[in-house]
Amino acid sequence: CSARSFRFTTFLASLTQTLTLVVHFCLVFQDSAGQFFSSGHTNNWAVLVCTSRFWFNYRHVANTLSVYRSVKRLGIPDSHIVLMLADDMACNHRNPKPATVFSHKNMELNVYGDDVEVDYRGYEVTVENFLRVLTGRLPPSTPRSKRLLSDDRSNILIYLTGHGGNGFLKFQDSEEISNVELADAFEQMWQKRRYNELLFIIDTCQGASMYERFYSPNLMALASSQVGEDSLSHQPDLAIGVHLMDRYTFYLLEFLEDIHPASKTNMNDLFKVCPKSQCVSTPGHRTDLFLRDPGSVLITDFFGSVRKIEITMETINLTDPINSGNDVQTENNTYVDQLPVSEIIHQKPKQRDWHPPDGFILGLWTLILLVFFKTYGVKHLKHVF
Amino acid sequence: FYLYIGAEERRWEASQVGDVDPGMSVAPPHPHTNTDSFQEELVVRPLHSGDIYASFQFRTVWEADFSRGNKVSHYQLFPKSLGQVISKFSVRELHISFTQGYWRTMQWGQPFLPSPPGAELWVWFQDSVTDVDGTWKELTNVLSGIFCASLNFIDSTNTVQPSAAFKPLGVGNVTDHRFLRYATLPREIVCTENLTPWKKLLPCGSKAGLAVLLKSEKLFHSSFHSQAVHIRPICQDQRCKSTSLELRQTLNAVFDLHTSGQAKREWSLFKMFSRTLTEACPLASSSKIYIDITDNSQGEQFELSPASSLLSQAVVLGDRRTFSVYDLTDQATFGSTRSLNLLIRDMLRPLLHAERYVAGYGLQTGEIHTVMYNHHPYRSFPVLLLDSVPWYLRLYIHTLTVTSKGKENKPSYIHYQPSKDRLRPHLLEMLVQLPPNSATEVTVEFERALLKWTEYTPDPNHGFYVGSSVISSLVPSTVATNTSITQEQPLFSSFFPCKEELSYFVRVYTEPLLVNLPTPDFSMPYNVICLTCTVVAVGYGSLYNLLTRSFQIEEPSPGLAKRIANVIRRMRGVPPL
Repeated sequence: CSARSFRFTTFLASLTQTLTLVVHFCLVFQDSAGQFFSSGHTNNWAVLVCTSRFWFNYRHVANTLSVYRSVKRLGIPDSHIVLMLADDMACNHRNPKPATVFSHKNMELNVYGDDVEVDYRGYEVTVENFLRVLTGRLPPSTPRSKRLLSDDRSNILIYLTGHGGNGFLKFQDSEEISNVELADAFEQMWQKRRYNELLFIIDTCQGASMYERFYSPNLMALASSQVGEDSLSHQPDLAIGVHLMDRYTFYLLEFLEDIHPASKTNMNDLFKVCPKSQCVSTPGHRTDLFLRDPGSVLITDFFGSVRKIEITMETINLTDPINSGNDVQTENNTYVDQLPVSEIIHQKPKQRDWHPPDGFILGLWTLILLVFFKTYGVKHLKHVF
Repeated sequence: FYLYIGAEERRWEASQVGDVDPGMSVAPPHPHTNTDSFQEELVVRPLHSGDIYASFQFRTVWEADFSRGNKVSHYQLFPKSLGQVISKFSVRELHISFTQGYWRTMQWGQPFLPSPPGAELWVWFQDSVTDVDGTWKELTNVLSGIFCASLNFIDSTNTVQPSAAFKPLGVGNVTDHRFLRYATLPREIVCTENLTPWKKLLPCGSKAGLAVLLKSEKLFHSSFHSQAVHIRPICQDQRCKSTSLELRQTLNAVFDLHTSGQAKREWSLFKMFSRTLTEACPLASSSKIYIDITDNSQGEQFELSPASSLLSQAVVLGDRRTFSVYDLTDQATFGSTRSLNLLIRDMLRPLLHAERYVAGYGLQTGEIHTVMYNHHPYRSFPVLLLDSVPWYLRLYIHTLTVTSKGKENKPSYIHYQPSKDRLRPHLLEMLVQLPPNSATEVTVEFERALLKWTEYTPDPNHGFYVGSSVISSLVPSTVATNTSITQEQPLFSSFFPCKEELSYFVRVYTEPLLVNLPTPDFSMPYNVICLTCTVVAVGYGSLYNLLTRSFQIEEPSPGLAKRIANVIRRMRGVPPL
């Protein structure tokens, strides 16, 4: 009996030992996983899109520009912002104050500013270009300012505004993007490791329908209205003649104006922006795909820019600048005659390259020859040649 | 040398000076072989109608030579983005302009640097380029990123290769037109987003020098606004043994009397730009303001305040004009706000100007009329007309007529390249001699094509633009032009190189045309689908039901009394009712 009990106690001891070891390992793993997800991002990007054309959609351009302004003010540089405006309101001939886009009816805040860089404008804002920017599948000659060069440690802010409906967003009054396409684009981005965390804000009618279909991790979404509700505009300006901004973005701008690069406001405050009493529609949000708790996510994680700096004491050797060999040109260069009349009149006609005859011509000649030889017989061939 | 006028002591600035006054140079010497120099200049010219014309020119000269594939790694004043573009795409000359508004030649005279409405880009490539079209496409994409413009819409459908116009403006011996490409986007909008990167190319940015005046709210609230970048190789010195690269950034604006001037003929820098000048750009070797006072030589029409004792004369656009010069590198010229009070009287009538319009009715055919006016009383001169019409306006060249004073005027050179649908536009170049004091009209009929429904823009009822025609000409001038290539000429008079003394080169742009194409009703596919589906569903469905359904006759159920009676009758064994 005692031997058995002895083995039993040793068994118990070893069991508890292994159990504690296992628990310890679990805790360690959880710590490192938690650390991995809370260690955050290294760079910030923003894709801001206005999808409406025509002068009466002034407010959509003002919406996008106010988010652009906040994002720039909080530190994201122009090279990390892809701004797409489907029409030009500032220099529109109907704008009584050219080169300005106002957000408030007393013309207090010119959100267009003096230092704006629009990457996609006018007819370039299409569904295809928007999806290409997100997924990175752009033609090789696209310049850097038109690309979203994000990596797996980038936090991206995507803001869309325009006219929308249940499950779609209208681009330029001629095409739509559906919520399924958008969800798939985000999944492509996740699979290609093009983002660390993504915040999606949409200010359209029935905006909540656009984030219903998301299924990729680390996405947080905000919309200005639920399915079946319309997002309303804020106030018209009698001098300019159109509505200047939408309600949700107006109160969002007011909220963001209080944020500075070092502020500690978190996402729960962003969810409270524009309650039903101010917005008339009910703003919605979706955080189930997001791994961190929204209360621990700072506003500046998406709207501001973080620069992790590593200080090094090593010296770096710069290469010597290339000295272009100044070999003296011996020929005398002259300016060319701008309108050499005699030379132009006696110009020889340009030699066009000879192309082999086109398919049509070949077919026609073949037909003619066939008919000829069918009618007259092949024995006449020797007379021809 | 000095010249006294009247009782006032005025010093004439020598028009040909060998070297710059060393006291004014502020650029520090540096040991590197690549030396850059930067000059900035503003010319203010009051116009006949009360408006005022301001022309900025910023010129950076860079002693680098790209023609033999030299690589450069050190950029000082020349912007790196443009330097890399030039070396990567083997560009010999690049001229790009963004314009909002149309230059009214008859009211405002000739501009120093003409430009058509919208965006215009023409490039001469080096002769080492093998695939010019591919390089052109990549170059337009890169430039669209640099200038935040939709230049990526330039493709083979709006690019032409002129055979006689647009000769290179820089030095060089080769003029094979295979390396020239020209394209315009008449619809391109110009706004602050194009001005911002343009300003960032300047060495001092918009922080010092004349560029502080460039504020978008005032610049875009004008009748005409044009900003351009011109890159070309120029001679380094008189003997022209080696070349250097010149970058000129120009900005022309015409401020309207009523919108900017509040209907008073008093102009000041603050009124025009809402800014004043405080210092010259420290990197500039020369920074000057020229005010055109030719109409005020006796000082009775207007006054300049503060007055400048420096005067300069220059021959520009065939006219000798006098300018009052303010040198910003000289600290003594600075005080408080510069205010200029100006009243204008007369202006030299421009000898060449042109108009263009569409005639005809309906949405099938039309006619393009281009009218060129020669206002010289007794001299005739040749003009080269370049027309680039998009493929969807099918020109009937057999209807091309050129008439002057009612008689037919046969052009001495015609180059016509027909269009190919969806591939390239029409190109028409003609050398026409304009008789003195006449109007020459060029007419050609066209037919409008129906585009495929995916090729229409989102707003097709706005219309489609046809780019401006370009009219290049050597206009005879009454005053001898300076043909020597000195560095010390004011920038505004030394842009177009001049070989003859008695004529000057001028380029006039006509208006762009806005043409309506037959536009389909885009809701029709939806309507047709709805209607067809409804008809098929109703018609076929009903027919199918009629044919396949079997009918049974059913007795109506009897009332309550009858049912009870039937039950009783069944119990009795009697047949029911």
